[in-house]
Amino acid sequence: MAVLVAAVFATLLTCLLFIIRLYIVVKTGPNYKPGTKGPVAVLVVAGSGGHTTEILRLMESLSAAYTPRHYVIADTDRMSEDKICTFERSKQHLDSESQFTICRIPRSREVHQSWVSSVVSTLDALRYSLPLVFRLRPDMVLCNGPGTCVPLCVAGLLLGILGMKKVLLVYVESICRVQTLSLTGKILYPISDYFFVQWSSLRDKYPKSIFLGRIV
Amino acid sequence: MKTVFVTVGTTSFDELIESITSPETVEALKARGYERLVLQVGRGSLLPAAHSCPHIRLQAYRFKDSIAEDLKQADLVISHAGAGSCLEALGAGKSLLVVVNDKLMNNHQLEMARQLHMDSHLLYCTCSTLTQTLRMMDLSVLQPFLPGQPKNFANFLDKALGVQ
Repeated sequence: MAVLVAAVFATLLTCLLFIIRLYIVVKTGPNYKPGTKGPVAVLVVAGSGGHTTEILRLMESLSAAYTPRHYVIADTDRMSEDKICTFERSKQHLDSESQFTICRIPRSREVHQSWVSSVVSTLDALRYSLPLVFRLRPDMVLCNGPGTCVPLCVAGLLLGILGMKKVLLVYVESICRVQTLSLTGKILYPISDYFFVQWSSLRDKYPKSIFLGRIV
Repeated sequence: MKTVFVTVGTTSFDELIESITSPETVEALKARGYERLVLQVGRGSLLPAAHSCPHIRLQAYRFKDSIAEDLKQADLVISHAGAGSCLEALGAGKSLLVVVNDKLMNNHQLEMARQLHMDSHLLYCTCSTLTQTLRMMDLSVLQPFLPGQPKNFANFLDKALGVQ
Protein backbone atom coordinates (compact mmCIF):
# COMPACT_ATOMS: atom_id res chain seq x y z
CA MET A 1 0.00 0.00 0.00
CA ALA A 2 2.71 2.41 1.05
CA VAL A 3 4.54 1.66 -2.21
CA LEU A 4 1.41 2.49 -4.22
CA VAL A 5 0.88 5.76 -2.38
CA ALA A 6 4.51 6.63 -2.90
CA ALA A 7 4.22 5.84 -6.63
CA VAL A 8 1.10 7.97 -7.04
CA PHE A 9 2.73 10.77 -5.07
CA ALA A 10 5.87 10.57 -7.19
CA THR A 11 3.84 10.67 -10.41
CA LEU A 12 1.84 13.67 -9.25
CA LEU A 13 5.01 15.44 -8.18
CA THR A 14 6.61 14.75 -11.56
CA CYS A 15 3.56 16.10 -13.37
CA LEU A 16 3.53 19.19 -11.17
CA LEU A 17 7.23 19.80 -11.75
CA PHE A 18 6.70 19.31 -15.47
CA ILE A 19 3.88 21.86 -15.56
CA ILE A 20 5.89 24.38 -13.50
CA ARG A 21 8.88 23.94 -15.82
CA LEU A 22 6.63 24.27 -18.88
CA TYR A 23 5.20 27.49 -17.47
CA ILE A 24 8.66 28.89 -16.70
CA VAL A 25 10.07 27.92 -20.10
CA VAL A 26 7.20 29.52 -22.01
CA LYS A 27 7.17 32.67 -19.83
CA THR A 28 10.90 33.34 -19.95
CA GLY A 29 11.10 33.39 -23.76
CA PRO A 30 11.17 37.20 -24.13
CA ASN A 31 14.09 37.50 -21.68
CA TYR A 32 16.22 34.97 -23.50
CA LYS A 33 18.62 36.70 -25.89
CA PRO A 34 20.94 34.16 -27.53
CA GLY A 35 22.14 36.81 -30.00
CA THR A 36 24.16 38.58 -27.30
CA LYS A 37 26.44 35.54 -26.95
CA GLY A 38 27.29 34.98 -30.61
CA PRO A 39 25.75 33.36 -33.69
CA VAL A 40 22.20 32.04 -33.40
CA ALA A 41 21.71 28.43 -34.55
CA VAL A 42 18.39 28.10 -36.37
CA LEU A 43 16.28 25.06 -37.09
CA VAL A 44 14.14 26.00 -40.08
CA VAL A 45 11.04 23.93 -40.80
CA ALA A 46 10.34 24.04 -44.51
CA GLY A 47 6.99 22.66 -45.57
CA SER A 48 6.12 22.01 -49.14
CA GLY A 49 5.24 24.40 -51.96
CA GLY A 50 4.01 27.74 -50.69
CA HIS A 51 5.29 27.18 -47.15
CA THR A 52 8.86 26.74 -48.39
CA THR A 53 8.64 29.84 -50.60
CA GLU A 54 7.43 31.91 -47.63
CA ILE A 55 10.03 30.64 -45.17
CA LEU A 56 12.86 31.27 -47.65
CA ARG A 57 11.66 34.86 -48.06
CA LEU A 58 12.06 35.23 -44.30
CA MET A 59 15.46 33.49 -44.26
CA GLU A 60 16.63 35.82 -47.01
CA SER A 61 16.14 38.80 -44.71
CA LEU A 62 18.11 37.35 -41.79
CA SER A 63 21.74 38.38 -41.36
CA ALA A 64 24.79 36.11 -41.20
CA ALA A 65 24.39 36.12 -37.39
CA TYR A 66 21.83 33.35 -37.87
CA THR A 67 24.29 30.49 -38.38
CA PRO A 68 24.28 27.54 -38.77
CA ARG A 69 20.93 26.93 -40.44
CA HIS A 70 19.44 23.44 -40.23
CA TYR A 71 16.56 22.91 -42.64
CA VAL A 72 14.05 20.18 -41.87
CA ILE A 73 11.93 18.88 -44.73
CA ALA A 74 9.40 16.08 -45.03
CA ASP A 75 10.77 12.92 -46.58
CA THR A 76 8.07 12.99 -49.28
CA ASP A 77 9.07 16.50 -50.39
CA ARG A 78 11.24 16.61 -53.49
CA MET A 79 10.86 20.26 -54.50
CA SER A 80 11.96 21.95 -51.27
CA GLU A 81 15.50 20.57 -51.25
CA ASP A 82 16.26 22.16 -54.64
CA LYS A 83 14.77 25.47 -53.55
CA ILE A 84 16.81 25.49 -50.33
CA CYS A 85 20.07 24.63 -52.09
CA THR A 86 19.51 27.33 -54.71
CA PHE A 87 18.75 29.84 -51.96
CA GLU A 88 21.78 28.93 -49.84
CA ARG A 89 24.08 29.07 -52.87
CA SER A 90 22.90 32.61 -53.64
CA LYS A 91 23.50 33.56 -49.99
CA GLN A 92 27.02 32.16 -50.08
CA HIS A 93 28.22 35.09 -52.18
CA LEU A 94 27.36 37.45 -49.37
CA ASP A 95 28.90 35.59 -46.43
CA SER A 96 31.59 33.12 -47.30
CA GLU A 97 31.20 31.06 -44.13
CA SER A 98 27.63 30.06 -44.94
CA GLN A 99 26.78 26.83 -43.14
CA PHE A 100 23.63 24.80 -43.57
CA THR A 101 22.34 21.24 -43.38
CA ILE A 102 19.20 19.56 -44.66
CA CYS A 103 17.49 16.92 -42.49
CA ARG A 104 14.54 14.74 -43.46
CA ILE A 105 11.77 13.50 -41.19
CA PRO A 106 8.48 11.69 -41.96
CA ARG A 107 5.66 14.04 -42.85
CA SER A 108 3.21 14.34 -39.98
CA ARG A 109 0.17 15.23 -42.02
CA GLU A 110 -0.47 14.81 -45.71
CA VAL A 111 -3.05 17.16 -47.22
CA HIS A 112 -6.57 15.73 -46.65
CA GLN A 113 -5.33 13.14 -44.14
CA SER A 114 -7.89 12.47 -41.37
CA TRP A 115 -7.33 13.89 -37.88
CA VAL A 116 -7.04 10.52 -36.14
CA SER A 117 -4.33 9.25 -38.45
CA SER A 118 -2.70 12.71 -38.20
CA VAL A 119 -2.31 12.21 -34.45
CA VAL A 120 -0.72 8.80 -34.99
CA SER A 121 1.70 10.02 -37.64
CA THR A 122 2.56 13.12 -35.58
CA LEU A 123 3.51 10.86 -32.66
CA ASP A 124 5.50 8.80 -35.11
CA ALA A 125 7.26 11.94 -36.37
CA LEU A 126 8.13 12.77 -32.73
CA ARG A 127 10.35 9.67 -32.65
CA TYR A 128 12.48 11.32 -35.33
CA SER A 129 12.12 14.91 -34.13
CA LEU A 130 13.33 14.33 -30.56
CA PRO A 131 16.76 12.88 -31.42
CA LEU A 132 17.19 15.48 -34.18
CA VAL A 133 16.45 18.50 -31.97
CA PHE A 134 18.40 17.05 -29.02
CA ARG A 135 21.41 16.53 -31.27
CA LEU A 136 21.32 19.93 -33.03
CA ARG A 137 20.32 21.98 -29.95
CA PRO A 138 19.29 25.05 -31.94
CA ASP A 139 18.81 28.46 -30.31
CA MET A 140 15.54 28.87 -32.16
CA VAL A 141 13.04 26.97 -34.27
CA LEU A 142 11.53 28.99 -37.14
CA CYS A 143 8.39 27.61 -38.75
CA ASN A 144 5.34 28.74 -40.67
CA GLY A 145 2.61 26.17 -40.77
CA PRO A 146 3.23 22.68 -42.14
CA GLY A 147 2.23 19.91 -39.70
CA THR A 148 5.89 18.93 -39.34
CA CYS A 149 6.33 22.04 -37.12
CA VAL A 150 4.42 20.53 -34.20
CA PRO A 151 6.66 17.58 -33.25
CA LEU A 152 9.78 19.73 -33.78
CA CYS A 153 8.48 22.54 -31.56
CA VAL A 154 7.42 20.01 -28.92
CA ALA A 155 10.94 18.57 -28.99
CA GLY A 156 12.38 22.09 -28.61
CA LEU A 157 10.06 22.76 -25.69
CA LEU A 158 11.16 19.52 -24.04
CA LEU A 159 14.81 20.61 -24.17
CA GLY A 160 13.76 23.65 -22.15
CA ILE A 161 11.60 21.71 -19.70
CA LEU A 162 14.46 19.32 -18.98
CA GLY A 163 16.68 22.34 -18.37
CA MET A 164 19.10 21.36 -21.14
CA LYS A 165 18.60 24.42 -23.31
CA LYS A 166 16.04 27.12 -23.94
CA VAL A 167 14.90 26.86 -27.55
CA LEU A 168 12.96 29.89 -28.84
CA LEU A 169 9.91 28.95 -30.88
CA VAL A 170 9.25 31.49 -33.63
CA TYR A 171 6.10 30.96 -35.63
CA VAL A 172 5.01 32.97 -38.69
CA GLU A 173 1.46 32.26 -39.82
CA SER A 174 1.17 31.89 -43.59
CA ILE A 175 0.01 34.92 -45.55
CA CYS A 176 -2.92 32.79 -46.78
CA ARG A 177 -4.45 33.02 -43.31
CA VAL A 178 -6.55 36.15 -43.04
CA GLN A 179 -9.43 35.33 -40.68
CA THR A 180 -8.54 32.02 -39.03
CA LEU A 181 -5.33 30.38 -37.85
CA SER A 182 -4.18 27.13 -39.40
CA LEU A 183 -4.43 24.00 -37.25
CA THR A 184 -0.68 24.15 -36.64
CA GLY A 185 -1.01 27.82 -35.69
CA LYS A 186 -3.74 27.05 -33.15
CA ILE A 187 -1.61 24.34 -31.55
CA LEU A 188 1.56 26.45 -31.40
CA TYR A 189 -0.04 29.77 -30.34
CA PRO A 190 0.10 29.05 -26.58
CA ILE A 191 3.63 27.63 -26.55
CA SER A 192 5.50 29.80 -29.07
CA ASP A 193 7.74 32.66 -27.90
CA TYR A 194 7.14 34.90 -30.94
CA PHE A 195 3.98 34.38 -32.95
CA PHE A 196 3.67 36.50 -36.12
CA VAL A 197 0.49 37.06 -38.14
CA GLN A 198 0.29 38.96 -41.42
CA TRP A 199 -3.21 40.40 -41.38
CA SER A 200 -4.66 42.83 -38.84
CA SER A 201 -7.86 40.78 -38.49
CA LEU A 202 -5.84 37.93 -36.94
CA ARG A 203 -3.96 40.27 -34.61
CA ASP A 204 -7.30 41.51 -33.30
CA LYS A 205 -8.40 37.96 -32.53
CA TYR A 206 -5.10 36.77 -31.05
CA PRO A 207 -3.71 39.38 -28.64
CA LYS A 208 -0.38 37.64 -28.10
CA SER A 209 0.43 37.75 -31.80
CA ILE A 210 2.87 40.19 -33.42
CA PHE A 211 1.70 42.10 -36.49
CA LEU A 212 4.24 43.92 -38.67
CA GLY A 213 2.17 44.00 -41.85
CA ARG A 214 2.91 41.55 -44.64
CA ILE A 215 6.41 40.15 -44.11
CA VAL A 216 6.69 37.69 -47.00
CA MET B 1 -0.79 41.84 -79.04
CA LYS B 2 -2.98 42.26 -75.97
CA THR B 3 -2.97 38.98 -74.07
CA VAL B 4 -5.10 37.37 -71.38
CA PHE B 5 -3.47 34.65 -69.30
CA VAL B 6 -5.74 32.23 -67.44
CA THR B 7 -4.22 30.09 -64.67
CA VAL B 8 -5.73 27.45 -62.37
CA GLY B 9 -2.48 26.51 -60.57
CA THR B 10 -2.14 22.86 -59.55
CA THR B 11 -5.90 22.29 -59.32
CA SER B 12 -8.55 21.72 -61.97
CA PHE B 13 -11.27 24.23 -62.82
CA ASP B 14 -13.06 23.02 -65.96
CA GLU B 15 -15.97 25.40 -65.44
CA LEU B 16 -13.62 28.39 -65.79
CA ILE B 17 -11.97 26.98 -68.92
CA GLU B 18 -15.39 26.32 -70.41
CA SER B 19 -16.66 29.82 -69.55
CA ILE B 20 -13.62 31.68 -70.83
CA THR B 21 -13.72 29.90 -74.21
CA SER B 22 -17.47 30.33 -74.69
CA PRO B 23 -18.46 32.52 -77.70
CA GLU B 24 -19.99 35.31 -75.54
CA THR B 25 -16.90 35.59 -73.36
CA VAL B 26 -14.51 35.55 -76.30
CA GLU B 27 -16.61 38.32 -77.83
CA ALA B 28 -16.35 40.33 -74.61
CA LEU B 29 -12.58 39.89 -74.62
CA LYS B 30 -12.37 40.98 -78.27
CA ALA B 31 -14.49 44.05 -77.50
CA ARG B 32 -11.86 45.03 -74.91
CA GLY B 33 -9.06 44.64 -77.43
CA TYR B 34 -7.67 41.32 -76.22
CA GLU B 35 -6.46 39.24 -79.16
CA ARG B 36 -4.62 36.37 -77.56
CA LEU B 37 -5.71 33.90 -74.87
CA VAL B 38 -3.26 31.62 -73.04
CA LEU B 39 -4.75 28.93 -70.79
CA GLN B 40 -2.97 26.97 -68.06
CA VAL B 41 -5.54 24.26 -67.29
CA GLY B 42 -3.77 22.12 -64.65
CA ARG B 43 -5.37 18.78 -63.89
CA GLY B 44 -8.64 19.67 -65.63
CA SER B 45 -10.25 17.40 -68.21
CA LEU B 46 -10.57 20.25 -70.74
CA LEU B 47 -7.55 21.11 -72.87
CA PRO B 48 -8.99 23.23 -75.73
CA ALA B 49 -7.31 22.88 -79.12
CA ALA B 50 -5.82 25.99 -80.74
CA HIS B 51 -8.45 26.11 -83.50
CA SER B 52 -11.45 25.63 -81.18
CA CYS B 53 -11.90 29.40 -80.80
CA PRO B 54 -11.93 30.91 -84.28
CA HIS B 55 -11.97 34.57 -83.24
CA ILE B 56 -9.02 34.69 -80.89
CA ARG B 57 -5.48 33.31 -80.86
CA LEU B 58 -5.69 30.46 -78.37
CA GLN B 59 -2.98 28.47 -76.73
CA ALA B 60 -3.50 25.94 -73.90
CA TYR B 61 -1.24 23.76 -71.78
CA ARG B 62 -1.45 21.87 -68.49
CA PHE B 63 1.70 22.74 -66.53
CA LYS B 64 5.03 24.50 -66.94
CA ASP B 65 7.94 24.65 -64.49
CA SER B 66 7.38 28.36 -64.27
CA ILE B 67 4.49 30.52 -65.43
CA ALA B 68 6.62 33.68 -64.97
CA GLU B 69 7.05 34.23 -68.70
CA ASP B 70 3.32 33.89 -69.44
CA LEU B 71 2.57 36.29 -66.58
CA LYS B 72 5.08 38.78 -67.93
CA GLN B 73 3.50 38.78 -71.37
CA ALA B 74 -0.06 39.12 -70.08
CA ASP B 75 -2.05 42.35 -69.95
CA LEU B 76 -4.76 40.75 -67.84
CA VAL B 77 -4.49 37.67 -65.62
CA ILE B 78 -7.55 35.59 -64.80
CA SER B 79 -6.87 33.18 -61.96
CA HIS B 80 -8.52 30.74 -59.59
CA ALA B 81 -8.57 31.94 -55.95
CA GLY B 82 -5.45 30.00 -54.91
CA ALA B 83 -3.14 32.06 -52.71
CA GLY B 84 0.00 31.12 -54.65
CA SER B 85 -1.47 32.10 -58.03
CA CYS B 86 -2.87 35.39 -56.69
CA LEU B 87 0.43 36.40 -55.06
CA GLU B 88 2.43 35.50 -58.14
CA ALA B 89 0.19 37.52 -60.48
CA LEU B 90 0.07 40.54 -58.15
CA GLY B 91 3.80 40.27 -57.52
CA ALA B 92 4.32 40.54 -61.28
CA GLY B 93 2.33 43.77 -61.17
CA LYS B 94 -0.55 42.50 -63.33
CA SER B 95 -4.23 43.40 -63.34
CA LEU B 96 -5.91 40.38 -61.80
CA LEU B 97 -9.43 39.02 -62.04
CA VAL B 98 -10.05 36.13 -59.64
CA VAL B 99 -12.78 33.69 -60.55
CA VAL B 100 -14.05 31.90 -57.47
CA ASN B 101 -15.00 28.27 -57.73
CA ASP B 102 -18.28 28.38 -55.78
CA LYS B 103 -18.24 24.59 -55.54
CA LEU B 104 -15.34 24.92 -53.06
CA MET B 105 -17.11 27.18 -50.59
CA ASN B 106 -15.23 26.48 -47.35
CA ASN B 107 -11.78 26.42 -48.86
CA HIS B 108 -9.57 28.61 -46.65
CA GLN B 109 -7.63 29.66 -49.75
CA LEU B 110 -10.57 31.91 -50.64
CA GLU B 111 -9.92 34.02 -47.52
CA MET B 112 -6.96 35.78 -49.02
CA ALA B 113 -8.53 36.47 -52.42
CA ARG B 114 -11.55 37.94 -50.64
CA GLN B 115 -9.34 40.19 -48.49
CA LEU B 116 -7.24 41.32 -51.47
CA HIS B 117 -10.50 42.17 -53.23
CA MET B 118 -11.66 44.24 -50.24
CA ASP B 119 -8.31 46.05 -50.35
CA SER B 120 -8.88 46.76 -54.10
CA HIS B 121 -5.91 44.73 -55.31
CA LEU B 122 -7.96 42.47 -57.56
CA LEU B 123 -11.37 42.00 -59.14
CA TYR B 124 -13.53 39.10 -58.08
CA CYS B 125 -16.33 37.14 -59.77
CA THR B 126 -17.75 33.65 -60.33
CA CYS B 127 -18.04 31.67 -63.57
CA SER B 128 -21.66 32.74 -64.00
CA THR B 129 -20.76 36.44 -63.80
CA LEU B 130 -17.50 36.20 -65.77
CA THR B 131 -18.78 37.50 -69.11
CA GLN B 132 -20.63 40.37 -67.47
CA THR B 133 -17.57 41.27 -65.37
CA LEU B 134 -15.31 41.32 -68.42
CA ARG B 135 -17.72 43.68 -70.17
CA MET B 136 -18.15 46.07 -67.24
CA MET B 137 -14.85 45.94 -65.35
CA ASP B 138 -12.78 49.04 -64.66
CA LEU B 139 -9.16 48.05 -64.16
CA SER B 140 -8.18 51.58 -63.20
CA VAL B 141 -9.73 51.13 -59.73
CA LEU B 142 -7.10 48.52 -58.81
CA GLN B 143 -4.51 49.58 -56.24
CA PRO B 144 -0.87 48.52 -56.68
CA PHE B 145 0.16 45.60 -54.49
CA LEU B 146 3.37 46.32 -52.61
CA PRO B 147 5.64 43.40 -51.77
CA GLY B 148 5.80 42.19 -48.15
CA GLN B 149 8.66 43.46 -45.99
CA PRO B 150 10.71 40.55 -44.57
CA LYS B 151 13.22 43.15 -43.37
CA ASN B 152 10.71 44.23 -40.70
CA PHE B 153 10.66 40.66 -39.44
CA ALA B 154 14.47 40.50 -39.40
CA ASN B 155 14.77 43.82 -37.53
CA PHE B 156 12.22 42.72 -34.94
CA LEU B 157 13.97 39.40 -34.39
CA ASP B 158 17.44 40.99 -34.16
CA LYS B 159 16.17 43.27 -31.42
CA ALA B 160 14.25 40.54 -29.57
CA LEU B 161 17.16 38.11 -29.63
CA GLY B 162 19.83 40.72 -28.93
CA VAL B 163 21.65 40.14 -32.23
CA GLN B 164 24.33 42.83 -32.71
